[in-house]
Amino acid sequence: MTVHVTGCSTAAADQLVSREIRTESGQREVFCGLTGIVWLHRKIQDAFFLVVGSRTCAHLIQSAAGVMIFAEPRFGTAIMEEKDLAGLTDANDELDRIVTQLLARRPDIKLLFLVGSCPSEVIKLDLSRAALRLSQRFSPDVRILHYSGSGIETTFTQGEDACLASLVPELPASTDAKPSLLVIGSLADVVEDQFVRMFDALGVDNVAFFPPRKSTALPSIGPNTKILMAQPFLPDTVRALEERGAKRLAAPFPLGVEGTTGWLRAAANAFGVDPAKFDQVTSPNRARAERALAAFKAELGGRRIFFFPDSQLELPLARFLSRELDMKLVEVATPYLHREQLAEELKLLPAGVALTEGQDVDDQLDRCRLARPDIVVCGLGLANPLEAEGITTKWSIELVFTPIQGYEQAADLAELFARPLVRRAKLVA
Amino acid sequence: MQLTVWTYEGPPHVGAMRIATGMEGLHYVLHAPQGDTYADLLFTMIERRNKRPPVTYTTFAARDLGKDTAELFMTAARNAYARFKPQAMIVGASCTGSLIQDDPGGLAKSLGFSIPVIPIDLPAYQRKENWGASETFYQLVRAIAGPKAPPPGTKRAERPAGQRPKCNLLGPTALGFRHRDDITEITKLLGQLGIDVNVVAPMGATPVDLTRLGDADFNVVLYPEIASQVASWLQRIFHQPFTKTIPIGVSATREFVREVAGLAGVDPEPVLAAASTRLPWYSHSVDSTYLTNKRVFIFGDATHAIASARIASEELGFKVVGLGTYSREFGRDVREAAAKYGVEALITDDYLEVEAKVAELHPELVLGTQMERHIAKRLGVPCAVISAPVHVQDFPARYAPQMGFEGANVIFDTWVHPLMMGLEEHLLAMFKDDFEFKDGALPSHLGTGHAPAPAPAAAEVAVALPQSAPVLDGAASQPVPAATAPSGAVWAPEAEKELLKIPFFVRGKARRNTERFANENGVATITVETLYDAKAHFAR
Repeated sequence: MTVHVTGCSTAAADQLVSREIRTESGQREVFCGLTGIVWLHRKIQDAFFLVVGSRTCAHLIQSAAGVMIFAEPRFGTAIMEEKDLAGLTDANDELDRIVTQLLARRPDIKLLFLVGSCPSEVIKLDLSRAALRLSQRFSPDVRILHYSGSGIETTFTQGEDACLASLVPELPASTDAKPSLLVIGSLADVVEDQFVRMFDALGVDNVAFFPPRKSTALPSIGPNTKILMAQPFLPDTVRALEERGAKRLAAPFPLGVEGTTGWLRAAANAFGVDPAKFDQVTSPNRARAERALAAFKAELGGRRIFFFPDSQLELPLARFLSRELDMKLVEVATPYLHREQLAEELKLLPAGVALTEGQDVDDQLDRCRLARPDIVVCGLGLANPLEAEGITTKWSIELVFTPIQGYEQAADLAELFARPLVRRAKLVA
Repeated sequence: MQLTVWTYEGPPHVGAMRIATGMEGLHYVLHAPQGDTYADLLFTMIERRNKRPPVTYTTFAARDLGKDTAELFMTAARNAYARFKPQAMIVGASCTGSLIQDDPGGLAKSLGFSIPVIPIDLPAYQRKENWGASETFYQLVRAIAGPKAPPPGTKRAERPAGQRPKCNLLGPTALGFRHRDDITEITKLLGQLGIDVNVVAPMGATPVDLTRLGDADFNVVLYPEIASQVASWLQRIFHQPFTKTIPIGVSATREFVREVAGLAGVDPEPVLAAASTRLPWYSHSVDSTYLTNKRVFIFGDATHAIASARIASEELGFKVVGLGTYSREFGRDVREAAAKYGVEALITDDYLEVEAKVAELHPELVLGTQMERHIAKRLGVPCAVISAPVHVQDFPARYAPQMGFEGANVIFDTWVHPLMMGLEEHLLAMFKDDFEFKDGALPSHLGTGHAPAPAPAAAEVAVALPQSAPVLDGAASQPVPAATAPSGAVWAPEAEKELLKIPFFVRGKARRNTERFANENGVATITVETLYDAKAHFAR
């Protein structure tokens, strides 16, 4: 409803390309941070996520988790009832009872997250105190932490940011004088393994990933730790790591050939890898990825794409699609734009691209319909209604659940965008 | 607080959304935090609707809480009114919206729209989805049809001679289990009786249509969870009687035909004589003999659970070993129904309690919701879906009613399909060591290979079901080590081996009966003899 168009005004202005960014507010059609649980519980295998919220929260996770409900779930909801709203002391006792019940049922759990929701935040239920209290009781068997995944504070992937930031104080301090590399952001296991091999070949050892696959294998952190962000939605995690002395490496995100190369190069430079060696190690993978991408260039080149805000992956994706596949960017919207951490991406985006931070979904739909893009990246609440209007869509959540980072996945990423267009062309009935 | 893994119903505002989305020309302005728009997916993905639900959310964020969230609501309402031009509007709050106490009803009234604006007050921390749908439908009908009510004391005018009787169909909503096809089937049936349908509501109706509800001679309540409150009100105010029989199953449909014919004053016999349904013949044919007394557990909303129990028992010849519902509002009806089958009704919305009950009862078939699918899969029991909550596959493209005579055909196929077919069942009982048709394998007509069903490890079940002893058997390939029965009796290895010769789907029951027998007779070690003693004891 309100639109401010401002230039970029960060202190390190010379580092950034000055861009006009529309900030918009109004109805937002996005997930809340609780949704992050859907992939985080798979990544950290001995963690349990207990949402403290309402039936709406439980219903959300159930609807978002889809077919995964078949497995023994590592998440649940403590649903607040009328009597919990009456007095806060009661709520704390209730929480203790539920956590005790849960841990008795699941002795395999080593890390328990109390996840705040809109209702628990609005009534100011102090979950951080509860986490502390319960930690003391269940230590050393179970570590109990707290973060908020509420819709009023977090959008979709920001849930992961809040989760990881809450885990940072638990990381052991590193006294190692040798520099180490910490890759942050959940990645598919296959992608993680590829990157490990790549860093090995470059001679960058001492690499750890955060979050780890097990909460008992937390990476250590210290002044000699270099952070490489694998996901763009982690500003709070980075801040927390920087407070413990780690340094962030400026890099684009590892999407596509160019992004992956820039990302790996940032690490290689920080670890003094000889540029010749860098080229020698990466060029076979680059060539292979470029060959695989070529097939999709014909399909996607010149097509006009429109991004609705969802995950904060929008800018790096738009950069990849425009620079490596020649797609035309109609509008690129993101729920939140961290200008400093996205600086490398902003530099690479073509000039004059329409960037939007925030959303007024009805106005944005008007712009989208007017522009008639060839393909629209949007959430599932909008996808089928837009398809019914004859507009091809690529539902955005899939981009968070699919291995898309690194050289070997570059073509898979392109294929995700080509598939809906191929499908529309194929279907005649 | 209640620890919840899966919930059978959403919050009450999702019920209100089901009413708004089912209707046309009605808009819902919902005071809700950012993120609650996830509910749109239920309609655009699970039900595969091609339009956005007619819902405007205020999507307030933390930064708004310091400011005027009431103003935010009014702006959203104003914009929705201007953009969508609805015939009527409902306003309300989600669970978080209700905590900040902005009074959406009062605020919307103050905006002075020229359409009816109906506040829907839903206690999100006490009530659930179906209650929300019922309450919304009721408030809406009261507000819109109410002004057309005849003055108190007036009698309903007689229908002019020669005019066909007409009724309303009440209850179908968006996201309802097979509501789309049930409407078609029942409308067809009423048409054969010479009865016209005045208004179908909420599904497909506009607010203007709701003003015509009083024109019908009577009401047909298809889904009491949604419509019984409205039907009672219409009876009081417009003197319209309403139907009590839910036409799911052959007998129930026949009763329903007689009931509506009575209300409409028409002769049901020609329609009943001409009715074609294949269920009775299919069920009588000798191929179905092996279905006799198959032990079935039934859980769902009250309407579908009660109807299913009757079909299972009287029309398919199953034995109902468990019956329950998550619809607490209809607990009494389900208790009464359960008493007919000599079982105690399970009235709960706790998924883990249902899981424990299924594990304890060892049914050969589970008829339930999407949630019972998970339970049945975990326990390796065949399962069919009879009630919401359901997933995308239960909003099929094909015609698939549950109601009426065609509904009975659909039910026969759906329920029998997951069971092992007769010949295979016989051969498995005779020959256990076939390399392809193994003990505990999925029925081969289901096609997913012939590997043994993934029976969970005993420890895993124990973790999930702390209250009940894990009584599930592993497949033949992983013989159960000499276990201790809850009674304290110990299985001798030979008896354990003999137990494995009993067909997979009834083995759990046999194990439990034997242990009970041993317990009652003070047997310390269960031998092969004990096993057959128990078999003889329980054979009746």
